[in-house]
Amino acid sequence: MTTTSPVEKAGGATATYVDERVGSNKFLSRNLGKVFPDHWSFMLGEIALYSFIVVLLTGVFLTLWFKPSMAEVVYDGSYVPLKGVMMSEAYDSALNISFDVRGGLLLRQMHHWSALIFIAAMAVHMFRVFFTGAFRKPREFNWLIGVGLTTFGLLAGFSGYSLPDDLLSGTGLQIARGIVQAVPVVGTWAAFLLFDGEFPGTEFISRLYGVHILLIPGLILALVTIHLMLVWTQKHTQFPGPGRTNDNVVGYPLLPVYMAKAGGFFFIVFGIIALVGGLVTINPIWIFGPYMPDQVSAGSQPDWYIGFLDGALRVMPNWETIIPGVGWTISWNIFIPALVVPGIIFTVLGLYPFIEAWVTGDKREHNLLDRPRNAPTRTAFGMMAITFYVLLWVGGANDIIAVAFDLSINSIIWFLRFALIIVPPIVFVVTRRTCLSLQRRDREKLLHGYESGRILRLPHGEFIEVHQPLSEKDLAVITAKHDYVPLPAPDKADADGVRNKKYRAQMLRHRLSEFFYGVNVPKPSAAEIEAGQHHAAHDAELEAPLHEYEDDDQIRTFHGGVLHHPGMPETNAEQLEQEHRS
Amino acid sequence: MKFLAARRRSPIVASALLVGALAVVGGGYAALGSVQPAEAALAVGSQTQVEKGEQLYLEGCSSCHGLKGEGTASGPTLVGVGAASVSFQVSTGRMPLAAPGAQAPAKAENPYSEDDIAAMAAFVATLGPGPAIPTAEQLDYASADEAYGGELFRINCAQCHQAAGQGGALTQGKYAPSLMDATPQVIYEAMLTGPQNMPVFSDAQLPTEDKQAITAYIMGLQEASSMGGLNLGRFGPVTEGVFLATAIFAALIAAAVWIGIKSR
Ligand code: HEC
Ligand code: HEC
Ligand code: HEM
Repeated sequence: MTTTSPVEKAGGATATYVDERVGSNKFLSRNLGKVFPDHWSFMLGEIALYSFIVVLLTGVFLTLWFKPSMAEVVYDGSYVPLKGVMMSEAYDSALNISFDVRGGLLLRQMHHWSALIFIAAMAVHMFRVFFTGAFRKPREFNWLIGVGLTTFGLLAGFSGYSLPDDLLSGTGLQIARGIVQAVPVVGTWAAFLLFDGEFPGTEFISRLYGVHILLIPGLILALVTIHLMLVWTQKHTQFPGPGRTNDNVVGYPLLPVYMAKAGGFFFIVFGIIALVGGLVTINPIWIFGPYMPDQVSAGSQPDWYIGFLDGALRVMPNWETIIPGVGWTISWNIFIPALVVPGIIFTVLGLYPFIEAWVTGDKREHNLLDRPRNAPTRTAFGMMAITFYVLLWVGGANDIIAVAFDLSINSIIWFLRFALIIVPPIVFVVTRRTCLSLQRRDREKLLHGYESGRILRLPHGEFIEVHQPLSEKDLAVITAKHDYVPLPAPDKADADGVRNKKYRAQMLRHRLSEFFYGVNVPKPSAAEIEAGQHHAAHDAELEAPLHEYEDDDQIRTFHGGVLHHPGMPETNAEQLEQEHRS
Repeated sequence: MKFLAARRRSPIVASALLVGALAVVGGGYAALGSVQPAEAALAVGSQTQVEKGEQLYLEGCSSCHGLKGEGTASGPTLVGVGAASVSFQVSTGRMPLAAPGAQAPAKAENPYSEDDIAAMAAFVATLGPGPAIPTAEQLDYASADEAYGGELFRINCAQCHQAAGQGGALTQGKYAPSLMDATPQVIYEAMLTGPQNMPVFSDAQLPTEDKQAITAYIMGLQEASSMGGLNLGRFGPVTEGVFLATAIFAALIAAAVWIGIKSR
C-alpha cells in the first residue's frame, strides 16, 4: 500500500503512543499470531466461558433490586394471586423484579438459564476433555482446576436457587440442612452454625447472598483465569491429521481468524440465552409461593445439576443405626447418598489423570488427542460413569416420571436400585467392544482401503467389491494411533535373589495396565499399510473402464455396474425381449 | 437435632413424648373428622327421582357395589358416602369403573346425563347420611379471596397436587391428578368426599369460604397466562432440564459445528 489513509495514520499513531509507554507491540506481535487448532468440540469450553459472562452481567442487574433479607413483609405488588400474603423480603423483592421492574423477568430468566447452560457446558466440555485424553500430561493441573470449577459451579447454582426464598428454595435448603446434619459427629453443630440456630432462622439468606454474589463468582473468575492462561501457555491440543504432530499446532492465527470466530460465537451464545430467557419460563417462583417450613409441593426438584444428589437420596434404602449406649443416630440413608457417593464421584474425577498415568506408566507428553475408540478402556469407563450419573438423575425425577408415564414410583425406585449396580458394567463391556470393532474397522481400512459398496463383475465373470485407497487425511488420522504395551510383570526377586519388596504393588499395577491396554487391536505395520493401499488402488484401476463410459447414457454408473458394451441389454426385460426376437 | 435432643434426654423419654404428641394430634384430628357426617344434610330427592336412580344403579353399579350398596369384593360400600361422592365419581368418569387398577382413572366421557347422575346420587343418599351435592351458592367463588386461597392450597393440597396443580405421584402407582380441568363443582366435591387417598376436608377444617377461596385460586391457576413465556408444563426443574439438554444444547452445538465448518 502506498497511500496511508487518515484512519490508519491515527491508528498507527495510537499504537506507537501506547507501545512507547507499555511496550505492547512486542507482546502483541508475539501473541496475536498465536495459532489455535480448530474443531467444533473445542468450542464447548467457550460456551461455558460466554454463558458465565452472561451470568455475571445479568447477576449484577439483579443485585440492584434483590433484598437478601428474611424480614417479614406483606406483599403489595402487582401479582394478584399473592396480594396480602406474608412473605420474606427476599421473596418479595424477587417478585418485584419479576413483575414490577422493567425487563426484570427477562433478566431473571436469562440469569437462571445462563447458569444452567454454564454448568451444562462445563460438563460437556469435561466429557470432551476426558474422552479425547486431553487431560494427560502436561495438562493434569488444568483438569484439576476444571474439577474445581465444576464444584464451584454447583455451589453457585445451588446458592442462587436458594436465594429467592420460594417454596422450592426452602425445600432445597431444608434438605441441604439435613445433609449437613448427617455428617458424623459435627453435623448438628455445623448446621446450627450455618443457619444461626434452628431452621430456617432469619440469617441464612443474607449469609448465602454474600457467598453467591461475591465469594463463589470470585473463585470461579480466578480459576477461569488460571485455566485459560494454562491453555494459552501449554497451547491447545489438536486431533491427529495430515501434518499434525505432537510438537506442532496446526490451525488459525488468533488474529483475525480465531478472534472473529470467538467473538461471533459469543454473540450467538448471548443471543440464544436472550431468546430463551425471553421465550421460555424458568423457575416461576410466583406459582410456588413463599417458603413456609410446614409446606411442601409434590414434585419438588432441584435444578438439573443437583438432580443426581436428589436421585441418590430418593433411591437409597432407609437405613439408620443408633449407636447403643450414647444414643447417637447415624443416618446412612442420608450419609451415603449425599456425602459418600458425591465424595467418591468427585475424588475419582479429580484423580483420574493421575490414576490413569500410574496404571499405564505413561510419562510422555500428549499434545495430540486420542480418538475415543483408541482408548477403549478409558472410553468405556467414562460411559459407565455417565450411565451411573444419568440413572441417578432418573431417580431424582422419579415422581414426575411416574405421573408422566403412568408408572408406580415404587417400581421405579426398585428398578433403579438394581439398575445402578447392573447397568453401568454392561455399558462398560458394550462400549469397550464397540471401540474395539471400530479399531478393527480402521485396521481393515488400512489393509484394504475403503469398501466402496460398488460391486464389479470382471470380464471373466468374477464379482469383486471395489476398494478405494484412503484419502490423505483419513490415512493420517488412522495411522496416528499409538499401540501401547502393558507394563511387564514384575519379578519376585532380582538376579541376585534379593526379594522384590514392591512385588504386590507392581503386580497390581501390571494387572491394571494389562486390563487397560490388553484389548488393543494392533495397527498393521507400515509395509502392510503400503501394500493394502496399493491393492486398493489396483481395484480402482480395474474399475476405470467403467468410468470411461460415465457420460455414455447406455452405461449404468450407479451401484452394481457391469463392464458393459453398447448394444447389450440393460435390464432383464430387455434381455428377454432380445432373446425372443432372435 | 435428634442427636442433641438425645443427649439432653434419654431416647425413651423422647419417644414417649413423640408418641404422646402424636396421640393428642391424632385424637384431635379424629374428633374433628367425626363431626362431618352429623352435620351433613340427609339430602333425599323426590320419590320418582330416587326410583329412577335405583334403576340406574341396579343396572350399572350394583354388580360391584352390591344390590343395596353394601359393597362386594369388587367395590366398596356406598352406605354413607353421600350424594356428593356419587356426583364426583360419575361426573368425572371414574365410575362406573372400567377395569381394576391402582386407582379409578378420570375419563373425559361418562355414559350418564346430569339427570341420571342426580338420580343415582339421590338414591345413594337414601342409603345413609353423607355430604350432599354443593349448592350453586356454595360453588360461587366470585367474591372469594384468591391470595388467601393460594395459602390454603399450599398448606392443604400442594403436597399431593403440586404447587401449580399439575398433579403428583403417590405410592404404588397411585397419583393425585392434575387440577387443570377440574370444575368448581368437582373441586368442591373432591374436598367434601376425599376420594381415594385424598383426605376429607370437612366444613370444620375448611369452612365454605375457605373452599371457595381455594376454588378461586385453582381457577386462577387454570386461567393464568404464562408470564415468562412457554411454561414447559409447569413441572419445575425437571422439564426445564429436559429443555436445556435438548433444545438449547442442540442450538448451541449446531452453532459450534457451523462455526467450525465456516473456517474452511
Ligand atoms: C367394576 C366395578 C365397579 C363398578 C361397575 C362401579 N364401581 Fe364404584 N367403585 C368401585 C371401586 C373398586 C371403588 C373404589 C376404588 C376407587 O375409589 O378408586 C369404587 C368407588 C366408588 C365410590 C366412592 C366410594 C367412597 O368410599 O368414596 C362411589 C361413590 C362409587 N364407586 C359409585 C359408583 C356408581 C354410582 C357406579 C355406577 C354408575 C359405580 N360406582 C360402578 C368399583 C365399581
Ligand atoms: C394426600 C394427598 C391429597 C391431598 C392433600 C389432596 N388431594 Fe385432591 N386428590 C388426591 C387424589 C389421590 C385424588 C384422585 C382420587 C381418585 O382418582 O379417586 C384427588 C383428586 C382431586 C380432585 C379431582 C380432580 C379431577 O379432575 O378429577 C380435585 C379437584 C382435588 N383432588 C382437589 C384437592 C384440593 C382442593 C385439595 C386441598 C384442599 C386436595 N385435593 C388435597 C390426593 C390429595
Ligand atoms: C468455568 C468453566 C470453564 C471454562 C470457562 C472453561 C474454558 C475453557 C476453554 C475456553 C478452553 C480452551 C478451549 C476448549 O478446549 O474448549 C478450555 C480447555 C480445557 N479445559 Fe476448560 N473450562 C471450564 C471448565 C473445565 C472443566 C470442568 C474441566 C474438566 C474437569 C476443564 C478442563 C479443561 C482442560 C484439561 C483443557 C485443555 C484442553 C485442551 O487443551 O485440549 N475445564 N477450558
